[in-house]
Amino acid sequence: MSETVAGAGEPPRRDVDAPLVDPAANTGLLEVFQRRYLLRLLVRREIQARYQGSFLGMLWSYINPAAQFVLFFVVMGIIMNLREIEWFGIHVFAGLVVVVFFGETLNGGTRSIVQNKALVTKLAVPREMFPVASMLVSGFHAGPQLVILTGVCVVVGWVPDLVGMAALLLALLLMCVLGTALALIFSVANVFMRDVGSLVNVLTMFIRFGVPMIYPFTMVEDRFGAGSLEAYLANPIAQAVLLMHRAFWVGTTKDPEATALEHLPDDLFMRAGVSLLVAVVLLGIAQWVFTRYENKIPEHL
Amino acid sequence: MSESIVVDGVAKQFTLRYHRTLKQMAVAKMRGRDVSNRFLALDDVSFTVQQGESIGLMGLNGSGKSTLLRLVSGVMRPDRGSVRTRGRIAGLIATGAGFHPQLTGRENIYINAAINGMTEAETRGKFDEIVEFSDISQFLDTPVGHYSSGMAARLGFSVAIHVDSDIFLADEVLAVGDKPFKKKCMERMQEIRESGRTIFYVSHAPGSVRKMCDRAIVLEHGRVGFDGDVAEGIRYLKYDEPKGTPEDDIDDELGSDV
Ligand SMILES: Nc1ncnc2c1ncn2[C@@H]1O[C@H](COP(=O)(O)OP(=O)(O)OP(=O)(O)O)[C@@H](O)[C@H]1O
Ligand SMILES: [Mg+2]
Repeated sequence: MSETVAGAGEPPRRDVDAPLVDPAANTGLLEVFQRRYLLRLLVRREIQARYQGSFLGMLWSYINPAAQFVLFFVVMGIIMNLREIEWFGIHVFAGLVVVVFFGETLNGGTRSIVQNKALVTKLAVPREMFPVASMLVSGFHAGPQLVILTGVCVVVGWVPDLVGMAALLLALLLMCVLGTALALIFSVANVFMRDVGSLVNVLTMFIRFGVPMIYPFTMVEDRFGAGSLEAYLANPIAQAVLLMHRAFWVGTTKDPEATALEHLPDDLFMRAGVSLLVAVVLLGIAQWVFTRYENKIPEHL
Repeated sequence: MSESIVVDGVAKQFTLRYHRTLKQMAVAKMRGRDVSNRFLALDDVSFTVQQGESIGLMGLNGSGKSTLLRLVSGVMRPDRGSVRTRGRIAGLIATGAGFHPQLTGRENIYINAAINGMTEAETRGKFDEIVEFSDISQFLDTPVGHYSSGMAARLGFSVAIHVDSDIFLADEVLAVGDKPFKKKCMERMQEIRESGRTIFYVSHAPGSVRKMCDRAIVLEHGRVGFDGDVAEGIRYLKYDEPKGTPEDDIDDELGSDV
């Protein structure tokens, strides 16, 4: 990029063949993915920080979901004895994977810029890097949960099918795009008002109960009128949970076709597809909002 | 020669108090006090730096030096005017180099270098050199939060000088280092200067500015009060007034900050 030319007598000259540019300019999310090496470092650091000083280390990311799974299985499936739902533990856990992924993206992403203030106030780095890294860290933690879920499903006689895998991909993609969009907006809002972090905490609590995870979707159909059912189904997180049911739980029941008919809404893929489009648009809006307020981030930290 | 830094009519405004509680706001409103309180940290600052120039930026505490460096490095954006730079920028802004206190020195070197645009291979290649210069090899796997401020500054400076940058920013690098390290830094900065890189050096020590720089800019309450010859700039600041003893001279040279 530049070379040093030794002039006669004078101190050496350095010719820089780069244009004069705004040092603060960056292309936002695009730049984040151009600087993958830095992104990888930040993600790896976050993952390591979580298990720092622990003897079992990464094993915890398997132990934790496995323990949760056993709890759900015992409490929901055996003690509460919800007989009309087959494999209720799988029903809950399949939903939990995407709900936790989304919740962690939201919570971690919201706090990410404030937490990295040492870097943000001293070094020029696209600030979108931090919420995106949070999303990737949550995604990384979803991996072991998916492994356990798949393992249990196989044990009870589930065979993967193409439509089911498409449902899984769609569910993850939807949560990933929507989570990143919201994390971007909340992370910058949290810099200006630290209340946002607590607010998001409350929000994630609502999310857990607003999806057909610890109760069956049929129950929602029964209690809600047609109008409110539409509203319930417009929630992309509920859609993702139902997609997860399609991907895993449906295949573990005795009669998958009948289960799908009874326990999944019509046009699930269509609804989720529309949500994905909306989420992509929202991501664009989030980037715009972020860029608008980003200028003021360092001085507020 | 080409322009390296072009600062044109730059202003930066800060708010004095940011995070207020609802109660504080209500009380302020009731007493009819002004709720907004802003002030200009930089006001209509303009100058041009050619590639290879070495600028000494001086001024009293709070005159806006670090703020100006933040704008030049791209950490902050001006509210008015424009900043343009050519090539890669590296350096230290205010004390503490943007390290994560919970991470070890080793991890911080990699992240800091990556943010400064170094690739993995580049960092690996220079890693030993960086550690050797900073002289903290024993504490490489200790969290930086446990470092003494001098150690953190050493590590930060060491990473910054190993980035192959076209512009080098140094803000109070020498403020917390000990004497041998200060000397080492000064020598290294001379090398950087001789290699034709642009230097932007903030210091309260006139001696080191005299040695390092070929032009001085003095900030006064966020405005450029003086821009020109180093000796005149120091006189302008009246740093030279009481003639010091020989011992003071050394301090003066190596930069002991008030
Ligand atoms: N994030 C911020 N929010 C509000 N005010 C700020 C902020 N950063 C700097 N200031 C104010 O801007 C002014 C200039 O600060 P700056 O750090 O640039 O001074 P300086 O010249 O580097 O001083 P020193 O010699 O002490 O390092 C100060 O009055 C400071 O209080
Ligand atoms: Mg300063």
